[in-house]
Amino acid sequence: MRDSGRGDERVTDLPLVIELTILVLAAFLGFEVIAKVPTMLHTPLMSGANFIHGIVIVGAIIVLGTADDTFTKVVGFTALVLATANVVGGWFVTDRMLGMFKRRPEPKKGGE
Amino acid sequence: MISDPDVVAILYLITIACFVVSLKFLSSPRHARKGNWIGGAGMLLAIATTLLLEGLGNWLWIVVALVIGSVVGLIGARSVRMTAMPQMVAIFNGVGGGAAALVALSEWHNAADPLREETVSIVLSALIGSISFAGSAVAFAKLQELISGRPIVFAGQNIVNIAVLGGAAALGTAAVAGLEEQWVLYALIGLALLFGVMFVLPIGGADMPVVISLLNAFTGLAASATGFVLDSTVLIVSGMLVGAAGTLLTLLMAKAMNRSVTSVLFGAFGQVQVGAGVARTDDGRTVRATSPEDVAVQLSFARKVIVAPGYGMAVAQAQHDVRQLADVLEEKGVEVKYAIHPVAGRMPGHMNVLLAEANVPYTQLHEMDDVNPDFPQTDVVLVIGANDVTNPAARSDPGSPIYGMPILDVDKAASIVVLKRSMNPGFAGIDNELYLDAKTTMLFGDAKDSVLKLISAVKAS
Repeated sequence: MRDSGRGDERVTDLPLVIELTILVLAAFLGFEVIAKVPTMLHTPLMSGANFIHGIVIVGAIIVLGTADDTFTKVVGFTALVLATANVVGGWFVTDRMLGMFKRRPEPKKGGE
Repeated sequence: MISDPDVVAILYLITIACFVVSLKFLSSPRHARKGNWIGGAGMLLAIATTLLLEGLGNWLWIVVALVIGSVVGLIGARSVRMTAMPQMVAIFNGVGGGAAALVALSEWHNAADPLREETVSIVLSALIGSISFAGSAVAFAKLQELISGRPIVFAGQNIVNIAVLGGAAALGTAAVAGLEEQWVLYALIGLALLFGVMFVLPIGGADMPVVISLLNAFTGLAASATGFVLDSTVLIVSGMLVGAAGTLLTLLMAKAMNRSVTSVLFGAFGQVQVGAGVARTDDGRTVRATSPEDVAVQLSFARKVIVAPGYGMAVAQAQHDVRQLADVLEEKGVEVKYAIHPVAGRMPGHMNVLLAEANVPYTQLHEMDDVNPDFPQTDVVLVIGANDVTNPAARSDPGSPIYGMPILDVDKAASIVVLKRSMNPGFAGIDNELYLDAKTTMLFGDAKDSVLKLISAVKAS
């Protein structure tokens, strides 16, 4: 789909079926991995997941790094600023929330 | 430079593993903070790997963008007060969605002759990312009270919303069918932004966290779609992880409030039935105000006191003083517990975070189901800035918008003292019959001031 000369930055080159397989498995994994979260961690978990979708920063870097024309540069630049804010802000907000749990005495055994 | 694609793939795979472990740890109180660090390490690895890919240029642009984004994110995350955390989560979520939409836009711009599957991915990424961006912006504005936090509704709203979304879907279908004009995606993004605004506007009250969680899942899906556009497994998997985990979290949050996701999205919470509540205030019962000294006597001679905190405590930053009050009472031999409603405050877990910050022992915090049987044996309940989560109408009045939501049964205690700024209704905008109960007295004022006065009065008594 790219213009010529824009192929070498491709990260992987898997067939669509394989990508869809990975997608479906990731969906099940996402459900399973947080299935037992206690209510009090709902907000920090939401915030942590919010940080993880900042992975779109990878896409923004690729777009900006391979941009040839001004339009793409401006769009890619904006995307990278937004994605970076997502990553950095998302991580620090989560860390601040969780930092407040840290000084709490350990729950009595059998708590988990 | 990393030239071997296998090395790149393996580095990204490590990132994926970090994210999975991060989510796992984040759902356990013991490991949560470590979980965030592991996720952070995975993210740094992914960013470093990407920067080392062959064929990248525009380094000045990249560096400047990284610096601006970092500064904005850091300042936002560091300067915000704990009470404003929900809106910060909303805004950082929104910018992620915006980034996904922009990546899709640039790929559309540069695609000479896109394959159908790539057009599908571009359309989905642009659509979902834009909805998430606009929706999060409105959620931010509502929580920040830049616009009314109440539901904003008009006749035929759902029909208009469906029409807007349908228009965006039609454009997307046209693009996939071969209409590869630039304007198609612009129009699609425009409609998706409009839909994002329209779909969050009618939502308000205690439903906001559920919506933010849903938008969080949306951004994950948008990132995953972006992964298909760029053929990047790390994006596909990480985005989908968040999409799935966020969806489950949305369901869990809605369940904690006994609300279905459908009624959250289309029910316009808290905007009906105002009449019923107002009429009740005219039946001869009145609200009784009290003084700190009276409450101090009540508390000092109680055997068992339960504190039910809410958003008012968060706003007033009164958690440290509340803890001190509890300490003073315990010295006098009073048993003190905290009753934590799952959605007290603005987000699930909000109260746990604040009270943990104030070093309240974990063992004193009791979740709703554990503590509700205790209220009948309790002498005094101190309701500190909580409103809707204590409203008996949720049990008794089928006409109430919060009917069916599980509440703290504070009205079953021998007496109830409500610390409240004024008689304004809570976030859901409905009256609370608890305040008219003969066992209830009201201590008006800022929660922090009132608690400080209580501390000195208890010490004096």
